[in-house]
Order: sequence, then C-alpha cells, then structure tokens
Amino acid sequence: MNIPDHLRYTQDHEWVRIDGNVATVGITDHAQEELSDVVFVELPSVGRAVGSGDEVGTVESVKAASPIYSPVGGEVIEINTEAESDPSMVNTSPYEDGWIFKVRFEDESDLDDLLDAGGYEDLIS
Amino acid sequence: MSGELKESPLQEVHLDLGAKMVGFAGWDMPIRYGSILEEHQAVRESAGAFDISHMGQFLVEGRDAAAWLNGLLTNNVDNLAAGQGHYTFLLNEEGGVIDDLLLYRLREDSFFLVVNASKTADDYAWLKGRREGKVDLEDRSVEMAGIAVQGPRATDVYSRMMGGRTLPPRNEVDDFEVEGQRMLVCRTGYTGEDGFELFCGAGGGAHWFRSSLDDGARACGLGARDTLRLEMCYPLNGSDLSAERTPLEAGLGYFVDLAKGDFVGAKALQSQKAEGLREALTPVRCLETGPPIRPGCVVLDSEGRELGRLSSGTLSPSLGLGIGLAYLPREVSGAGTALGVEVRGRTIPAEVVKKPFYKKG
Repeated sequence: MNIPDHLRYTQDHEWVRIDGNVATVGITDHAQEELSDVVFVELPSVGRAVGSGDEVGTVESVKAASPIYSPVGGEVIEINTEAESDPSMVNTSPYEDGWIFKVRFEDESDLDDLLDAGGYEDLIS
Repeated sequence: MSGELKESPLQEVHLDLGAKMVGFAGWDMPIRYGSILEEHQAVRESAGAFDISHMGQFLVEGRDAAAWLNGLLTNNVDNLAAGQGHYTFLLNEEGGVIDDLLLYRLREDSFFLVVNASKTADDYAWLKGRREGKVDLEDRSVEMAGIAVQGPRATDVYSRMMGGRTLPPRNEVDDFEVEGQRMLVCRTGYTGEDGFELFCGAGGGAHWFRSSLDDGARACGLGARDTLRLEMCYPLNGSDLSAERTPLEAGLGYFVDLAKGDFVGAKALQSQKAEGLREALTPVRCLETGPPIRPGCVVLDSEGRELGRLSSGTLSPSLGLGIGLAYLPREVSGAGTALGVEVRGRTIPAEVVKKPFYKKG
C-alpha cells in the first residue's frame, strides 16, 4: 500500500500536501483501491469559501459515491478539471495526476488534526 | 452479522483471488475481483465466469408434474420438449410476481427450476403448500453449486473444460455425468451474451470454477453481473419485479400464456389486460454524462414534474451513459419521450428508449 511520507492524511482517507499556505487534496491509494473504477468526480467551485470538515465534492464509482471533505478552512483556489474529464486518473495516479482540489488556508492549527504517514498506516491496518 | 451469511461452495476460490465480498440475499458473495468495468468488458468481448451457487435449484418429478407446474407458472410447460427450457414467472393470486425463474424440462416427467437466491425459501414454501397429485418436489439448493460462463468465447471455454464436448442449443439443457457426478448444463444466461449455466454437486463447484478460469474465462462478480443485465433491460426481482407488479406491467407478457388454461394469477392478469395498463417498466437512458444514476433516483418529465423513481440504475460501461428502469405512466413510456433524472440536486437530461440499451455490432 502506497503511503508517501511527505504527505499528511485525514480520517476520511484523503491526502494533503502542504506548500506554504496552500493545501492540495486528493484521495489515498487505499481509498481508490476500495472504490475501484472511479467514473465521476464532482469538484467544488473555484473561489468557494470552505470550512475545515466541510463536504466539498464527491468521488464516485459504479457502486458507490464517496464524499470529499476539505481538511482545512479557507478558499478553493484551484480544481483538477483533468480528473473531471478523465476520472480514472484518480485510480491510476491518486497522489499526482489524480489530485482533486487546492485550498488556500490561513489557520495553521487546522493542520494539527492531520495524520502523518505512520498514523494513516495504523488507521488502515 | 457475518456469521449469518451463507457461504458459497466456491468461497475459497473467491478469497484466493482477492475478491471484494458483500452480503447479497443472505449469501457472502464476490462483488468484484478487480475492476467492475474490466469484468463487464471481458464478458462482452471474451468470456467471464460468475459464481451463481447462491441461486435456488429445485427438482420436480412425477406423472402430474407438467400439469401441476402449468397451473402455477405463467409460461406454457406443454411447449417444452425434453431438454428444453424457458423463462417464466411464479405469481400470487393478484398476478404479482413472487419470482422470475428458468424452467427446464429434463425428461417428460422431470423438471429443473432455477430461482432467485432472495426468494428460494419463499418459492419453495409456496410450491410445497400447493403440491397435489403425483408430484415430488425437492429443494436441492444447498447440495448444488452453480457457475455461469458468459461471452462470445464461452463455447471455447466449455469445450476446453469438457474435453471437446459441445454445448446444447440456446435455452436447452444437457443432463449428464462426469466421473459419476451429475452435471446440468443450460445454454442460458443473464448478460445478453452467448454462454452457459452449469450446475453440479457443491463439492465439485470450486473445481469447475477454477477450470473455467484456467480455460479462458475471467472471474466476474455481482457488480458486473448487474451492469451486464441492466444493459439488456433484464429485470431484477426485488428491484424491477415485486409482488405488487405483474409481468404485464414489467413488459414481459411474452412469457405469459393466458390462452393455455388457468394458472394462479391468470384471472388478475386478464382483468388488468382488459382495463389497460396504467404504468409500464420503462427503459431510461441519459443523454449526457454526469454522476452515475442509481436505484431510487427521481425521474422527471420534460416540465420537471415527478413521474416515478428508478427501480434499477447504473452507469452503462458499454455506452458510457447512465441507464435505468422505472415504472412510469403509460403516456410517457413511449420511445423518444424526453425525461430528466435527478441526482443530488442536479437533473440529467434523459429519454425513453426501446430495450435493450446495448446491442451488438
């Protein structure tokens, strides 16, 4: 199971990459494997104000719809329209090409609840 | 809870192959082994193998068996020569569907019934409670395993599995032995592709399933089984069929022979026919891509008024669009009627189409 060390993780099986005050979010390898064939990705709108824990979108497979939550509060500044056109990217490249959205956040304390790679590994084992 | 699920005789194979298991009709069954989309495609283009051991299998024998069955099932048993089978319904007195099933005539006085897993106990109780004359009824479900191999290459797979043996013709059944074990092989399926459904003793199930995989079939689960059958507009009992709906409303009057004489539910169907149907099970196809449509989604007319809900719905892997079935008022059930399907607040434009959704070539 692929759990990159440089990323942080949520209880909802999302990964978070922090670059300054921008958080890039996607779903983990574990999550994409559980879902299997992602056939639809619903993205939040750019410019939307989000709170930590807000439901902002959905990743859907043939059999299930999985909500996506924002791990931080702030503003959605970018969304992955390529994943919208080709949802299978979420399966084939969950940590890179299959990223879902980016949030510019201000309150660093939002990051405190995020798990590190070891913590996420414990969660899924 | 998991202790209450029945295990298929093929369970060890599913676990060996890393299947994702799910509870279905009281059984622990594989929903997929890998990708549902790939399993679906394998059946359309090559061959897929399904565990169908969860289904119910009954044997009915006796001098009065044919007449008895004809009084309880909708299709005409007298049309079946030895070795032939057909699709038929078991109805309640109101003409509602207890179950849809396949009936095979093995010999003049010997019949094999394959019923839904979800209704095996109910079907057996219904039939047993109505036994009369020289009729022996046996529920063999626990002792039998079942495997379906479906796809254009299914005949090749069978030939390799059976050392050159060929399949019976479409809808027919072969009743034979391999090393002292009885095999019932039916040229039928639930996918719209050529193929067969093989029934054997539970102890032999794992062997024959593995054999089909070794001989060219891909293991496929219930997820692909659902997308395949829905592309063909085949109904699922418990979703598209129920005790409150007749086969006529479901558009399956072809399998009801009202001229053959009386059978349970016949009078109710005669009345319904005379009055005219108010609703019909209607194929709905989305015109645009969007979130997958699923059972329960509301169907709207072109003005946005609610017409009903999908009884079945999925993304069609072959079409790349949402497809579904819904009981809709007769007036809006004609092909080409503009509709909408509501998914999480969004309305996807859709239309009524003639069945099936998927056609070869």
